[in-house]
Amino acid sequence: MATYFARRILQSIFTLIVISMILYGLISIVPGGFMSAYTERADFTPEDLARIRAKFGLDDPIPVRYVKWLGNMLTGDMGNSFSTKRPVMQEIADRLPNTLLLMGLMMVCTLLVAIPLGILSAVKQYTWFDHVTTTVAFAGQSLPVFWFGLLLIIVFAVTLRGADGKPLLPGSGMYTLGEPFSLADRIKHLILPVSMLTFVSAAEYMRYLRSSMLDVINEDYVRTARAKGLSERLVIYKHALRNAIIPLVTLIALDLPSLFGGALFTETIFAWPGIGRLYFTAALKTDYPLVMAVLMIESALIIASSLLVDFIYALLDPRIRLS
Amino acid sequence: MSTSAFPAERTKGIREQSLFLFFWVRFIKHKMALIGGAVTLLIIILVVFAPMLSNFDPMTQDLLNRFQPPSAEHWMGTDDLGRDMFSRVLYGGRISLSVGLFAMGLAILLGCTIGLVAGYYGGWVDAALMRMTEIFMSIPRLFVLIALGMFLRTLDLPFLKPGSFVPISLVIGLLSWMGTARLVRASTLELREREFIQACRALGGSDARILFLRILPNIASPIIVSATLGLAGAIISESGLSYLGFGVQLPTPTWGNMLSNTQSQMTTAPWTAIFPGLMIFIIVIAINYLGDGLRDALDPRHTFKK
Repeated sequence: MATYFARRILQSIFTLIVISMILYGLISIVPGGFMSAYTERADFTPEDLARIRAKFGLDDPIPVRYVKWLGNMLTGDMGNSFSTKRPVMQEIADRLPNTLLLMGLMMVCTLLVAIPLGILSAVKQYTWFDHVTTTVAFAGQSLPVFWFGLLLIIVFAVTLRGADGKPLLPGSGMYTLGEPFSLADRIKHLILPVSMLTFVSAAEYMRYLRSSMLDVINEDYVRTARAKGLSERLVIYKHALRNAIIPLVTLIALDLPSLFGGALFTETIFAWPGIGRLYFTAALKTDYPLVMAVLMIESALIIASSLLVDFIYALLDPRIRLS
Repeated sequence: MSTSAFPAERTKGIREQSLFLFFWVRFIKHKMALIGGAVTLLIIILVVFAPMLSNFDPMTQDLLNRFQPPSAEHWMGTDDLGRDMFSRVLYGGRISLSVGLFAMGLAILLGCTIGLVAGYYGGWVDAALMRMTEIFMSIPRLFVLIALGMFLRTLDLPFLKPGSFVPISLVIGLLSWMGTARLVRASTLELREREFIQACRALGGSDARILFLRILPNIASPIIVSATLGLAGAIISESGLSYLGFGVQLPTPTWGNMLSNTQSQMTTAPWTAIFPGLMIFIIVIAINYLGDGLRDALDPRHTFKK
């Protein structure tokens, strides 16, 4: 067991290092690259640029720069943002609570919607209820998310009006400009982005749970539970669901990194000041330090979450760690 | 007396069935897949014959007729520069579908090659290739696509026409082969030890012959399914990237970038935001249903879980 864990951890570190090399190499070979913030300025003479290059150590060979950069990253120094001149860590820390609020709420809503619908459509397989939910879920998975967001804005923030003639729901931002913070206002701003995210991810979770429920319901032990006279409710919720939900837990664990990365499209469309929108604007301004930092953190989280899933499985299933 | 398990009186009325017919019969049972296939075909025809179907040039601006609502003349209205939306949607579809096909083709090519080589040769080759696959799977896909789109925007390569769909297709293809590679590897591992492969090897068949003429045809079904679903995925990726401004650059229309500036026009001209997205949604859901039906038809082991 210990060797299995140790090997997986080493593998993960190796993967992360290779990814950091690829990403760093990519940024280094682009003309301009880290210098693009300065080369675009007309008032900088070639001598100025050369001085800046030397100051940043950009004249060193790429491997040397990479090692230095990696050392800085490990101590939490991710450099300064090109556009705001503030430390990248600060920029990320400012936006993180907003993304966590949005994504955390989305996760709760998704589970509240997907779990009952998934169970019901599996139990009532081939009824009209099942057909409607699976069709809607299928459509949800084929929907371009950003377009869905635009439609929500057209309907709820442009067309539909409340009693006071104002749009029914706000279509952008986290709060109404010029108003003091109020919980009601924050909730109003959350409704559209959270429902958009929930619809798309609940569609996926629901289809997943439905098919694993269908697998489980036909197992012998479920038949046994029925045969010994347990109520249908007890069979479904206690015997079947407990096993059917394991694959869903894996899916959720693998989705955890998105709590940090946020929903890039949603945050962009609804002007939600989170990490996804931060990344998008950084990419528009070719703000390399910020782009690199977000990419690295997100990659590390993805690797960590798949490590977590493997560990949980190894603990649950002895066959994996012995092979 | 005959001891055959299939005496003539029992097989009477059963016609011989070709493999294709077998799949076809299973496929047409899947109504949504049939509709999906028909809709996909229809959209491809519309897009291919765009010049004959539209009287307007997709690039010609007509500033006097900006933001015209849908009418008999402009079926989908006009956009912020007075260009005909219907014509732009048709021509944009050419680019969007080309990106989808090109990216999917590249992903399937890479996935099959890597999967076949890893599964067939095993050992350190397999280990190295699978490690590489894992590394690519740990990359935050959307974020890296945006970063690569950012590079392509700044690169300004002289041999590329502005608005070319090639770089974005390459980028999407390079980040979408991993699932296919794992699938092909697993199937190859299984087939490698089978008698007909051993026989081919014993007869002196080269590795290439075994890989491409013996193994590949036998794993065609899952590859076809993953190609179909990959096409839908690539179309979605392109539209998202172009929407954000990191894909195909304006004024070349694609279904994604046509939506780019529509958010500010939504109070005055909501139709500019509706039609391009509707096209993406329709073709993606059609292709997904088609892929679903193909999977049910081509994979006899796949249990019907409609």
